[in-house]
Amino acid sequence: MRYLEEKIVKILMISSIFAVLGSLLFILFITISRGWVSIKENPGIIFSTPGPRYLLGGEGGFFHAIAGSLYMVVPSTIISLILACLIALFLQSEYSSKRVSEIIRLFMDILWGTPSIIYGLFVLTILISFHQRGCLLAGIVALIFLELPIITRYVDESISSTPKELKEIAYSMGLTRVEVSKIVLKYSTSGIIAGVLIGLGRALGDAASIIFTTGAASTMPKGLFSSGTALPVVIFQQASSFYPSVRDHAYAAAFILIIIILVLSITSRLLQKKFSKYTVGD
Amino acid sequence: MQKNNGIKIRNLNIYYKNNRKSDFSALHNINLDIPKNHITIIMGPSGSGKTTLLKSLNRLHSINNGVKVSGKVIIDGEDIYHPMHLLPELRRKVGLISQKPIPLPLSIYENVAYGPKIHNRLNRKESDVIVEKVLKKVNLWEEVKDRLNQPAADLSVGQQQRLSIARAIAINPDILLCDEITSALDPISSEKVEHLLLSLKEEYTIVLVSHMLRQVKRLGGYVIFLYMGKVLEQGNMEELFNSPRNKITQQYIKGVIS
Amino acid sequence: MKVKGVSKKVVNRLSFRLVKDNISRKIMIVCTSIIFLLFVSFVVLLVLKSNLVISEYSIKELLFSSFWEPENHKYGFFSATFGTFIVTIFSMLMAIPISILAAVYIAEYSPYKVRRYLSSFIDVLAGIPSVVFGLCMLLGFVPVFSVLMKKWFQIETTGMCLFTASITLTVMVFPIIVSLTVESLRALPVELREISLSLGSTKWQMIKKTLFKAAGPGIISAILLGFGRALGETMAVAMVIGSKNNIPTSLFESGQTLPSLIVSSFGEMMSVPEEQSALFFVALTLFVLVTVSNIIAKVVNNKLKKRWRY
Repeated sequence: MRYLEEKIVKILMISSIFAVLGSLLFILFITISRGWVSIKENPGIIFSTPGPRYLLGGEGGFFHAIAGSLYMVVPSTIISLILACLIALFLQSEYSSKRVSEIIRLFMDILWGTPSIIYGLFVLTILISFHQRGCLLAGIVALIFLELPIITRYVDESISSTPKELKEIAYSMGLTRVEVSKIVLKYSTSGIIAGVLIGLGRALGDAASIIFTTGAASTMPKGLFSSGTALPVVIFQQASSFYPSVRDHAYAAAFILIIIILVLSITSRLLQKKFSKYTVGD
Repeated sequence: MQKNNGIKIRNLNIYYKNNRKSDFSALHNINLDIPKNHITIIMGPSGSGKTTLLKSLNRLHSINNGVKVSGKVIIDGEDIYHPMHLLPELRRKVGLISQKPIPLPLSIYENVAYGPKIHNRLNRKESDVIVEKVLKKVNLWEEVKDRLNQPAADLSVGQQQRLSIARAIAINPDILLCDEITSALDPISSEKVEHLLLSLKEEYTIVLVSHMLRQVKRLGGYVIFLYMGKVLEQGNMEELFNSPRNKITQQYIKGVIS
Repeated sequence: MKVKGVSKKVVNRLSFRLVKDNISRKIMIVCTSIIFLLFVSFVVLLVLKSNLVISEYSIKELLFSSFWEPENHKYGFFSATFGTFIVTIFSMLMAIPISILAAVYIAEYSPYKVRRYLSSFIDVLAGIPSVVFGLCMLLGFVPVFSVLMKKWFQIETTGMCLFTASITLTVMVFPIIVSLTVESLRALPVELREISLSLGSTKWQMIKKTLFKAAGPGIISAILLGFGRALGETMAVAMVIGSKNNIPTSLFESGQTLPSLIVSSFGEMMSVPEEQSALFFVALTLFVLVTVSNIIAKVVNNKLKKRWRY
């Protein structure tokens, strides 16, 4: 009887794997195949900015969104990384008491679980209060709130899993807390890189926080306070368009987005391998 | 500065407080005089508090929130637990080498040069001199002189441990604390390290924690027997092993308890 | 300073290092506090902005009526709250068994190489952005679904409905639950399996009786994390749910969730202060819901960790 149960469960498991892989591969496959077709037909759309009636089937492409995405995601990731390292180090026992670090970690968990649309709206309230229009800076701030909990968690886990002997040795050499922290950070480089790339990928793909902050402009972004938009926002607009040609562009944009994210993911794994040559074990 | 007079420990009590049921008192009323320029060995069964005692000599417990220390440890005429005492300088004078050798995530050269560079600004030539001198002292120079810039993690465990000793000596300490430094090594590397310790004892005061009786016999000058957080017996190695006064010490030496 | 007999040069260098240490710690405190304060002020601002609409209309009407007609000054968004719950719960019901079974396969039954590749692959797929899911479901699944439903079941549907939203969420949540469950299972000591198997149980019995209990906290945490993600998911759902502010009578009708309501009303809200305030209130509700869910998840996780300590 229990052998029968084992057999049934095995069948269910294989079906589950197929369900999971199948559905995810379906997404990947559709995006890549239709996206590639769309780009091949009209490679210019990646490099051109939208004409006046772009979303209504007119001329132009979505380069402004690619540029906007990069202009926002790179600064926000850098700032989030610096803040994350500072906060994660502070959580260690030599800087803060257990009580304080528990509270901060709880706070980080709340930040982690908050959907990005809320961050977009948060920043929007500030924009409205100061009678400002949407701009790149607002988008960057929202992205920082999005990325910070992710990167902090990865950095925190990496730092906390360094062998305690490393700290003991460093302190025994007469180093101050900050000097020891520098060594610990160096030791955790691979974990930190993993966190950064995951955070970057998440930020690149997020539309909800950008829509309410930077907006959905059709112009190239010119500076911190200019309007602009990001790749995922443009995909959202293109997908909802009535015009089939524009919808095809959505696949093209999604293709670009996915390729960038895949490259980031693979790079993350490779870099992790490279940086672990300085650490012992594993 | 009063020259290295060894370590005097007075009324040391250490208590681990984790706010859970595992609170306990690790060391009770320790009173010891550790002689200078000798190898002093702290021995005893597991859990007696040997490592705790060792770490209290360079105030390493202060990085841990749940440890309470009371009492005095006097080095060079001053109580190191006095709040005004500066930790980095104390720890430079009292170096610690732990059981598991963990090289810093840097090259071999950088590992050794790291400490001296932090304590004094050095240029390349000065650090070259120090690195060579120290690596020669630990008998590692010949083995690594051609690959100083490779990651230290590539060395064998025995070499890493000697590198750890080099790293500790590079900052010119007076006292070396060694926590079971041969436990993780194979017999040949262990032997090399033990010879090294014997050669170093002229210059440094060495305090070694060990749970291997034969090692104690090979190295020992002064021996302290620690049992359940208390000093049961202390004295010269020959005295202690040949005519132990305490019954438990006797049992430990005979191997009845380990 | 009690450092006798040390040269002046060393003392100066030492004080410099100590000052650096002190300042660094203060910088850490400042940064952490800034983030904290910013977040708190955000929440406060959100409440203030909602104030307009709360003071004009009763909260009960806002929360529990499903008449969202901004032209007529009606701002009841119960259909959105209802939609959020239905879609999230339904997708979790589908996602949990499938994800756990898949995870068990990966962790316990598959050969080492297969496991590594599968795991990495699923992790990578976790990075697919929400809009891409929405895009594929909207343009790839919806038309086909609509046709098939008509042909096989005689059900009329545009395809943009609660059901599609649930399926989308299920797929999005797969990687989270699968990878966390695999991690929890792999973290268990090998001996646990050996003990059970050497007593003569089949593999599945062993998994059912021992591993699930031991990895329980990790698995439940994975589920709660997936739940949180599903609750707050915005873009993909907004693209496939149809944005209709009535309480739907069937799964195959269009509906609304809290985030999709906000997104679809965004354009208009900017010009009408009352509608703007109403939408901020919707956001506040969503925020409270998600935060409460996360805190419950954390508390449950901690409690379970204490009881089933592994």
